[in-house]
Amino acid sequence: MTTLADQMKRGLDAPICLTWELTYACNLDCVHCLSSSGRRDPRELTTDEAIAVIDELRRMQVFYVNIGGGEPMLRRDFFTIIDHATTSGVGVKFSTNGTYIDTDAARRLAAMDYLDVQISIDGADAATNDLVRGQGSWDTARRAMDALAAADFGEFKISVVVTRENVTQLDDLLTIADSYGAQLRITRLRPAGRGADTWHQLHPTDAQQRDLYHWLLERGDRVLTGDSFFHLNALGDPLPGLNLCGAGRVVCLIDPVGDVYACPFVIHDEFRAGNVRDPGGFAAVWNSSELFAELREPGSAGACASCGAYDACQGGCMAAKFFTGLPLDGPDPECVSGHGAAALAAATTAPRPDQDHSRARAHAAAAAVPVTLGRR
Amino acid sequence: MTVHTATMGALRLHPNVALRPEPFGALAYHYDTRRLVFLRHPQLVDVVHALHEHTDLDTTMDALDIAETLRGPFQRAIANLAEAGIVITRDDEKDSS
Repeated sequence: MTTLADQMKRGLDAPICLTWELTYACNLDCVHCLSSSGRRDPRELTTDEAIAVIDELRRMQVFYVNIGGGEPMLRRDFFTIIDHATTSGVGVKFSTNGTYIDTDAARRLAAMDYLDVQISIDGADAATNDLVRGQGSWDTARRAMDALAAADFGEFKISVVVTRENVTQLDDLLTIADSYGAQLRITRLRPAGRGADTWHQLHPTDAQQRDLYHWLLERGDRVLTGDSFFHLNALGDPLPGLNLCGAGRVVCLIDPVGDVYACPFVIHDEFRAGNVRDPGGFAAVWNSSELFAELREPGSAGACASCGAYDACQGGCMAAKFFTGLPLDGPDPECVSGHGAAALAAATTAPRPDQDHSRARAHAAAAAVPVTLGRR
Repeated sequence: MTVHTATMGALRLHPNVALRPEPFGALAYHYDTRRLVFLRHPQLVDVVHALHEHTDLDTTMDALDIAETLRGPFQRAIANLAEAGIVITRDDEKDSS
């Protein structure tokens, strides 16, 4: 019998984990934003088009959709869209910076079924968080958490991207989550979007990666990870969860203008499979795009074939390799056996993210950002 | 905790669970617990769909002509599904006998 992972690699009839960025508009300007969000795109899906996407997801039996952005609550039809989804059997998990969760919004969210909310913070204190997410964003996020707790929302999620600065605060982040009866979710920093410029300074060091692996072995049952740390499996016993890159197989992204990408971390023309506005809609893209067919072919271990750890780490994350200029059939830039560091040293150029909805650069330069923004 | 299917009696799919057909069988999603579970044999999916029409798991498998070699694995699979709350016991045995 083939393993479940083998079956998943050949792709499913519909995605399990579909991310849908509702808008490129965002009031924040986080230095690691995967989608380089800031300004709304005039081509974004209309309300009717968004409703049609949900109806199609329902027909395909996509059980839930991960809604993000940008800041999804900036869309005036945000509640219309999530109401339609949750009442038609498409559950919603949405990520927000919390700015627009006031008392009224929290009550409204608490009254809905099949809705999960993730508030993003990137540190266990204001200083650490605000360096990445901008001044005042910590207070904003905590106000949103307070509002959800006051509205008896129940168990919301606190979503953290693990960086060099906050990897030592994981226990403190758990304490914060516990104080709200919330669940902590931690995910891997990717060099996508604005993160392409900041990843080199923000990604955890080799020693921190080992600490993170052991922390996950001990505490992994208390946190959600989106199975995003499988590259660490080369360190020993596998972490719980799916050990594979799900891009185009079980995962994909619909961006605000309806473009479908292989995963949320590769908003780049090379990984664009189609658009939900194309004839046949999302289902045609998922079922018959050439890109997705290619991603569902058995992969080659390439330069990793001679490494004994390949079965454990599967060569890591496609997006992390792509945006650091590494071959897709070689080691992950954060390869725990050190092959990534060697490959990075040899990589001379990396593809640039080809979408940028960031607001004026003067704004970012004015933010309290310690990292150098090496902008074109 | 292990659930023994032999003692579970009449069973059914939880009303808030959706089953999505897949080449290998089906995906089951529990909307209440947000749990996603894999049913890794097409006939196991048939069994799960038919549970509510029969008095227990064994009679369901009899009715569907499930091969002897599959019965042990299916009993374990149904026990796992029961632990996940995907399959639940039902109290209406009299109308299915």
